[in-house]
Amino acid sequence: MPPMGPPGKGRQNTDTRKPKNTGVVIKRLMSYLKPDRFRIALAFLCVLISASSNLAGSYMLKPIINNLVSNVSVQEKIMSLITGLGIMAVIYLLGVIATFVQMRTMISVSQNALVKIRADLFEKLQKLPIRYFDTNNTGDIMSRFTNDVDTIGEMLNSTLVQIISGTVSLVGTVALMLYTNIWLSIVTIVVAPIMAKVGTTIASKSRKHFVKQQEALGKVNGYIEETVTGQKVVKVFCHENKIIEEFSKLNDDLKNMQIKAQFLGGIMGPCMNAMSQVNYTLTASVGAILVIMGRLGKFAAGGFSSLAALDIGGLTVFVNFSRQFSRPINELAQQLTIVMSALAGAERVFEVMDSQPEKNTGKIKIQNIKGDVVVDHVTFGYNSEKTILKDISIYAHPGQKIALVGSTGAGKTTITNLITKFYNINKGKITIDGIDIKDIDNSSLRENIAVVLQDTHLFTGTVMENIRYGRLDATDDEVISAAVTANADNFIKHLPNGYDTVLEGDGANLSQGQRQLLNIARAALSKAPILVLDEATSSVDTRTERHINEGMDALMKNRTTFVIAHRLSTIRNADAIMVLENGEIIERGTHDELLLKKGRYYELYTGLKELD
Amino acid sequence: MKGYWKYIKPYLPYFILGPLLMLSEVAGEIVLPKIMASMIDVGIANNDISYVIMRALLMFGCICIMIIGGIGGHYMSIKASVLFSADVRKDVFKKVQNFSFKNIDEFSTGSLVTRLTNDITQLQNITRMFLIMAMRSPGMLIGGIIMSLTINPKLALILVVVMPLLAAVITLLLKTAFPRFTAMQKKLDGLNSNIQENITNVRVIKSFVREKFEINKFRNANENLKDSTLNAMKIVIMTMPFMTLAMNITTIVTVWNGGQFVINGSMNVGDLTAFTTYIVQILMSLMMVSMLILQSSRAAASSRRIKEVLNTEVDLTDDEAKHKDAVVTKGKVEFRNVCFKYYTNRSENILKNISFTANPGEIIGIVGSTGSGKTSLVQLIPRLYDVTEGEVLVDEINVKDYSIKHLRDGVGMVLQKNVLFSGSIEDNLRWGDENASMEEIRLAADHAQADGFVTSFTDGYNTELGQGGVNVSGGQKQRLCIARALLKKPKILILDDSTSAVDTATEAKIRSAFETDLKDTTKIIIAQRISSVMHADKILVISEGKVTGFDTHENLLKNNEDYRDIYYSQVDKEVSV
Repeated sequence: MPPMGPPGKGRQNTDTRKPKNTGVVIKRLMSYLKPDRFRIALAFLCVLISASSNLAGSYMLKPIINNLVSNVSVQEKIMSLITGLGIMAVIYLLGVIATFVQMRTMISVSQNALVKIRADLFEKLQKLPIRYFDTNNTGDIMSRFTNDVDTIGEMLNSTLVQIISGTVSLVGTVALMLYTNIWLSIVTIVVAPIMAKVGTTIASKSRKHFVKQQEALGKVNGYIEETVTGQKVVKVFCHENKIIEEFSKLNDDLKNMQIKAQFLGGIMGPCMNAMSQVNYTLTASVGAILVIMGRLGKFAAGGFSSLAALDIGGLTVFVNFSRQFSRPINELAQQLTIVMSALAGAERVFEVMDSQPEKNTGKIKIQNIKGDVVVDHVTFGYNSEKTILKDISIYAHPGQKIALVGSTGAGKTTITNLITKFYNINKGKITIDGIDIKDIDNSSLRENIAVVLQDTHLFTGTVMENIRYGRLDATDDEVISAAVTANADNFIKHLPNGYDTVLEGDGANLSQGQRQLLNIARAALSKAPILVLDEATSSVDTRTERHINEGMDALMKNRTTFVIAHRLSTIRNADAIMVLENGEIIERGTHDELLLKKGRYYELYTGLKELD
Repeated sequence: MKGYWKYIKPYLPYFILGPLLMLSEVAGEIVLPKIMASMIDVGIANNDISYVIMRALLMFGCICIMIIGGIGGHYMSIKASVLFSADVRKDVFKKVQNFSFKNIDEFSTGSLVTRLTNDITQLQNITRMFLIMAMRSPGMLIGGIIMSLTINPKLALILVVVMPLLAAVITLLLKTAFPRFTAMQKKLDGLNSNIQENITNVRVIKSFVREKFEINKFRNANENLKDSTLNAMKIVIMTMPFMTLAMNITTIVTVWNGGQFVINGSMNVGDLTAFTTYIVQILMSLMMVSMLILQSSRAAASSRRIKEVLNTEVDLTDDEAKHKDAVVTKGKVEFRNVCFKYYTNRSENILKNISFTANPGEIIGIVGSTGSGKTSLVQLIPRLYDVTEGEVLVDEINVKDYSIKHLRDGVGMVLQKNVLFSGSIEDNLRWGDENASMEEIRLAADHAQADGFVTSFTDGYNTELGQGGVNVSGGQKQRLCIARALLKKPKILILDDSTSAVDTATEAKIRSAFETDLKDTTKIIIAQRISSVMHADKILVISEGKVTGFDTHENLLKNNEDYRDIYYSQVDKEVSV
């Protein structure tokens, strides 16, 4: 089976990617199989039955055939042929049934485990803090869900069974060999550890190269993802050839790494095969020599009676065993590469599962709040090096509309990140109805805040479903009236299937402005008492915006609203306007007050002022 | 493998040598028992130790050939599959680079990425497996058939009955399994895009507290996937017990018939034993072949998806351009009765009969309501899409007659949905001009009002941007994108709502830089704010795909109701102050 590499982007993870304790990873994987342990036991039993039925079947053949040349009447020969074959048929049938049961069981066991792993990973994903998503690459997280989980699945699907059945036949064969002739088994007992040594050496050597191969593959896939996502920019800048050139370099690297890694993995098969043939040859020739020596009477004296008893028939049987011995070894060796990459995949999956979840220290559930929001001397930076917000204080009384303006990069969006507890405050506090948000349960807090974000996000599904995301129990009529509020109803009606039009993942079939309108409709549907609009209408034309504003005014009436906007006309009627610069509030007041001040706001505003 | 000949051809020796060398393993496995038999039969019968040793040495010789052949075969097969797929990957990537915007829209970015990554990996794996197994299983199969025929042709008649029967049943199983695998793949794709959406939309999910909702949604998709996987695997796992059963029945029938031959003396015991061994070998290889077919049928889906990309006709090329040497020198833009729609099967045009002229050096503003076709219109100038009717001329030459490179070199465009790439800020700006000096870069950044904040970063122009420019704010990103376009020193500069996240004061500075330092450049600016375009030489007012006005701010205010409407939507409140 090919090593399906987890093409991790690993920008962040390359350094943390040292091999970890394999035992721990295996143990943890096993824990996913635990609920099905009785079925696994059943499967194991079935493997036992089918493997022994195979062994027994070939063992039965000898007496049946020997019987054919014995000195009894034809009648009796036929009779015992019938009974012999009858017994064989029963044994075989048993084996076949066991094989079927075992495969059926294991498939469902492995699928159960896989479903559980995926569900755990997904649930964990929902618990991770925003910071995780801001600092990790989408492609990398995705590859853990797809490639890494796939490798685990592949291992659980086939490898587990093969390892069990391989082990059973191996143990069975060795037992039979020992039973038949201890002395001849010595050859195998000597050769087997050498085989194991060679196998593990190749495996560990190739593992290193496999890791490098995955990294190269990750780089190529990452490059593909980034450039194809930005393909339109590439075309506008006629950068196609440059991109192809760079890609070729990465592609060549990958090529070289793949040849190296896969070759090392690939020689495992022929090497193991050859070793087992050596074992076979050695056993046969040593056996033959022993038989000859025995015939010549060399073992007549001393305790070598079992060697002396070796005859051609016994040797043939034994040699056949040693031939059978090689098959499971070969199979086990082949499975090793799959196990290797599956463990690497599991490691990456568990890495996500072990990431620090979002902190939720708050216990208080807030209900029917008035919407009194106080930002009290808040200082914050995404990392310790750079402070984004310095000693910010904002007071919003219930139902007030507070506007945040300021040049780009001043930290306006950061404030919304803090109110929603997407990031935690370094210094100072934010309270809602007098309760520190630190003490409020995350979900409860966010249920009370409706946010419309700068970047538009839509889900695959109908327009109706996308708006209903704002309040799941909303009726169709409520959804439509929210769309009317957001002035989206008009264009929705013109879509091929109206509200039932299915949107592509990123809503590519809508214009940027239309997507923003849908986002607003979604928030309009929500009944949260606090509303945050972060550049919610930046791509909407001003006439449409004015229409929305009429609806929005009604919407904001009893809600505390924070508006971030560049178009100052939209915030003129705010109860208070905060002008942010370099993370500090440099001016505050109503529109009229600020204009009189002739400060920064006035400056910003004159861009529009020129209109008069 | 149809359609891939081009990629196989350069590596044909590897493709042939790989399986051929693997044949040595097969030969060895067939020959070794024969040598062993003679070692025992002759050596022991004659008590000849030296004969035994000679035979053993011969066997070791065979093993040496086997190991050389095996390793060589693997090496060749791996080389063939890796080199082959590297070329395919490169070509698919190249093809995507040549795609028109329309091609990209039709495939969707996500699906192109999957095709370039997962599907090609899948193809590579199956190719390698195929090369390694190709000769082995059929070799064992044919070897076994020949051997059994030489032993007892009459007994071999069993094969004539069993093999077609088996083949029929396997075909039936595969035929049943294949559509189920397709269904499973679809469910898997759906699940994956669900995850992808969850990652990109995480803020929405969190702010609406929809984690449980998403988990439940995922749980359903996850269970569905499991069901359809089991549904497909159920069939596949039937093959194994079924084959074993067939093998066993055949063995019993063989022994039953062969046994009677032995009893009546027409066959000897040794031959019967050998015959049963070969029968098992034949059926085993048949099973391997069927597994191989199953695997390749799964890879066939990937292969089809790759070929779809390779075979897509790029619908926008400059092959028939009449003035390939022409470059944009002045920057005049003219639309003549242009109609446009994205999908040919839609009845209504997005742009209807657009005509206007922008003279060199002019500033042209474009305003209109959401979804009125502003973006569609400007995308026709650098020929990102082709017009449906009419023509677009740049410097009096139809855009279709330029070489695409020359045209786009002359037209700088800042897209509405813009992206920066991972790398330093300088790397990103250099997209505009690879050979720009540091002064030129800083000048362009200065014009776009980006120099200030860039130099405030600790690493300045060497600051690393994450994918999608994650560590700069929305407005900063837009300014970097403008700087990048400015560095191109285009004759025509198009800004598609590129300052929506930039504050008014900064925007005014950018605008004044345009007026003084980019005097000769024709500037076409889409904006929501009238203030962004009111100083333009002319403003194009567009409504539902039609031009309703093309004039100066003052004249439009007087004559154009649409424009007045937009204007007052922005200023009426100020007027009342």
